[in-house]
Amino acid sequence: MSQDVVADRIAKEIAENPVMLYMKGTAMFPQCGFSARVVQILSHMNVPFATANVLEDPELRDGIKQFSQWPTIPQLYVKGEFVGGCDIITEMYQTGELTSLMAENGIAHSVAA
Amino acid sequence: MAMTANAIENLIRAAIPDARVTVEDLAGDGDHYAATVVSEQFRGLTRLKQHQMIYAALQGRMGGELHALALQTSAPE
Repeated sequence: MSQDVVADRIAKEIAENPVMLYMKGTAMFPQCGFSARVVQILSHMNVPFATANVLEDPELRDGIKQFSQWPTIPQLYVKGEFVGGCDIITEMYQTGELTSLMAENGIAHSVAA
Repeated sequence: MAMTANAIENLIRAAIPDARVTVEDLAGDGDHYAATVVSEQFRGLTRLKQHQMIYAALQGRMGGELHALALQTSAPE
């Protein structure tokens, strides 16, 4: 797949999936601690989300880093906007910003206990 | 090829001269670190932009030589 084909695929995926997580492994079997933590946070908030396993697709693994100008995985997108990696999502979860981000975007979630 | 805490600090300071930087080695393997960076240049920037500044300072090493860098960034209180 050429660079723009990957970029087009990403653009389509983040448009079609309100909450899209590019990760190592799958939600059921995360293969990296940082990816697992973001899955855990989203699951704890009962947020429905789609995932893509960059370990299965080396071109996606590089393409996503170009797309967001962000060098690491996982990467979380909400309503087509890049939100951040594990650190930022964890910090936003702890401060409640993630809950308000979901609310502002009309995304179903349960209020973090 | 791993990195030293010192090398990380120097790269960040080279790009952000006024930064107060602390780097902690999380695993002793040279590629899992945590860094706290405080700089006036972060004022008004989103957390995302602040972290992107750090990754730019590391000149492409992030995700390659450096596997993990837990970042805490802020402007001075």
